[in-house]
Amino acid sequence: MEKEFTWDYAPAPEAKDHAKIKKQYDLFINGEWVKPSTKKYFNTINPATEEKISEVAEANEKDVDLAVKAARNAYEKTWKKMPAKERGKYIFRIARMIQERSRELAVIETLNGGKSIRESRDFDVPTAANHFFYYAGWADKLEYAFPNRNPKSLGVAAQIIPWNFPLLMAAWKIAPALATGNTVVLKPAEATPLTALKLAEIIQDCDLPPGVVNIITGFGKTGAAMVNHPDVNKIAFTGSTDVGKIIQKSIAGTNKKATLELGGKAANIIFEDAPINQAVEGIVNGIFFNQGHVCCAGSRLFVQESVAEEVIQKLKARMETLIVGDPMDKNTDIGAINSKEQLLKINEYLKIGADEGLEMFQTSCTLPSKGFFCKPTLFIGAAQSNRVVTEEIFGPVLTIQTFRTIEEVIEKANNIPYGLSAGVWTDKGSKIFNLTSKMRAGVVWANTYNKFDPTSPFGGYKESGFGREGGLHGLMPYLSF
Amino acid sequence: MKADFRNSPAIDQVGIEERVARFNTRSLKKQTKVDGLKLALSMIDLTTLEGKDTEGKVKQMCNKAMHPYDEIPGLPTVAAVCVYPKYVETAKRVLEGSGVKVASVATAFPSGNSTLEIKISDTHYAVDHGADEVDMVISRGEFLKGNYNFVHDEIAEIKAACGKARLKVILETGELSTLDNVRKASDIAILAGADFIKTSTGKIQPAATMPVTLVMLEAIKDHYLKTGIMIGMKPAGGISTAKNALQYLVMVYETLGPKWMTNEWFRFGASSLANDIILQLAKERKGVYFSKDYISID
Repeated sequence: MEKEFTWDYAPAPEAKDHAKIKKQYDLFINGEWVKPSTKKYFNTINPATEEKISEVAEANEKDVDLAVKAARNAYEKTWKKMPAKERGKYIFRIARMIQERSRELAVIETLNGGKSIRESRDFDVPTAANHFFYYAGWADKLEYAFPNRNPKSLGVAAQIIPWNFPLLMAAWKIAPALATGNTVVLKPAEATPLTALKLAEIIQDCDLPPGVVNIITGFGKTGAAMVNHPDVNKIAFTGSTDVGKIIQKSIAGTNKKATLELGGKAANIIFEDAPINQAVEGIVNGIFFNQGHVCCAGSRLFVQESVAEEVIQKLKARMETLIVGDPMDKNTDIGAINSKEQLLKINEYLKIGADEGLEMFQTSCTLPSKGFFCKPTLFIGAAQSNRVVTEEIFGPVLTIQTFRTIEEVIEKANNIPYGLSAGVWTDKGSKIFNLTSKMRAGVVWANTYNKFDPTSPFGGYKESGFGREGGLHGLMPYLSF
Repeated sequence: MKADFRNSPAIDQVGIEERVARFNTRSLKKQTKVDGLKLALSMIDLTTLEGKDTEGKVKQMCNKAMHPYDEIPGLPTVAAVCVYPKYVETAKRVLEGSGVKVASVATAFPSGNSTLEIKISDTHYAVDHGADEVDMVISRGEFLKGNYNFVHDEIAEIKAACGKARLKVILETGELSTLDNVRKASDIAILAGADFIKTSTGKIQPAATMPVTLVMLEAIKDHYLKTGIMIGMKPAGGISTAKNALQYLVMVYETLGPKWMTNEWFRFGASSLANDIILQLAKERKGVYFSKDYISID
């Protein structure tokens, strides 16, 4: 027989020359770029190369106050009084501008966050644009969305977003707030501020009235100043459960409304009658999408014992075909871990899992020598009592547990402090409805995973937070009735 | 192994289509592309299955099969030519010594609506005149009636009639309606002794599609995982561009692995694909496209 055919895909790097990134970014307050009163700037890097891309301003209480004042002023003088139809036009304009500059946004998202260009191009940016389009349509229809309930805007919303989907989370926060007539002070995560700042440029180009959207950068302290500012009416936070708890404590006794979208540890459940080959795809999409930096990632796999061996064998084989490496390469499936800090945390959990005596499987890929990378990992033979099963890892690490009956798997899937999402795979419709009605999770996907649409509400139970984003439900947290 | 056709695994159509979309985002450039194109060329079953076929047409096509485009040195020949049984002898004579195989459709192609005796004698005729490979059609009517044992036994009979010739079993997926049926028919064909499973006759639309092919590749993979036995795959009809052929190869590579990346185990049934591959290969060499008039059309 002839020599076996080897086919390494040649590098297919996306060009980056069309992405314009400034050397230094100030704070976007009242429609202008303002120097921070701290006079301090911090570096933002490319996690795939560890090289500095730009530096951004660090905002303190004074800057936060300035931004909130600008938002309040814009709310009282312009935005609140503007006919809803006109507000909708501005949001449509933002959506179209995101589409027009989608390539640039995708490149910057990948450079700054480490996710593969395929994902930022095919998922993050288009989904962000869709979110603005969707909520633009609601702006002048609130009376129809909530008939006879006289919906009214709240005022100034302080919004704090995470580093895993920087642009998309900004869209999830800004679009419904504007559609309901609120003004915004938004802070992107310190690790990934660039696409939010690019969005500020887009908002400037859209001629949105000054102060309606303010985007400021900084660390946790800046976020705390936003949460504690007395003139803020609404807090919207997506991030860790620990910070969520701090926020809830600090707004106790105030009039501030809040939505918190926090951590998760979702069960992805495979029954023996599932379409196994597609379920394996679903497992891969569930946990390795965005390097596992997804709050709703399907990180706990439950497989019925009769098919466990087959599923694990096929999953391992499929994982070997995942291409891990340069996020800017169009063929890359799994890019860089978002930050050094996160990589250390993931590696710590890998050690914990190994110390707990679990069988560990990692693919045979070679990781780039520079940058923060982690091999896709399985922990086989896990149990409810393992730390890697109960704690959120937020990386490309999947634990595999087996089960025998549907009652058993429902009990185990619910036996966790989180309740954000879950997945179920079976060919039998009645089993899906039986299970989904008993799962204590905000989102349950059936025979698919990690599907998002602006028309569909998203949010958690228990320690995964409260409040819904997306869909009609996503309007409510920004309204009073 | 026990043959229980009710137990073919379920297929989720949405999942299959998503997976296909992912294969199509692979970006193949430079040497990867050239290697893939040459491989695709070597996997083609150059086909003529028309009512108006003649010896003359078959001879000309055989010449093309041996000399796809001599101006690029080192190009492979195609894998085989695929003709009606009547023209096997002619093709065999022209292709003598070239390494290009002769495949013949048989079993009352394309409908398959005939008796087993006629189908067996059709097969014998093709094999006796030198066919290296036989492309049979399954009885879709019996399959859709749920008469799976009939379909299985018929394939087994034809396999016995093939002797040394390799048997490709055409499922005619365009008539099977669902991906679950495609999977079930694939399992039946494999268990009945198919060496290759093939999507279509080319006479029914839709012919080969990537989702259908993926379902069949998964059936092959599952059989290999259980038994260690390799089965070949041939999508046929509707694959006319080099780009599409590369997308199929990506799908084979990432589903079945490098072992299947040879014309021993994967074929394209196509008539116009070869010339588009040649055009792309010439472009990779020269840096520019040229007129199709420089490429022979047989």
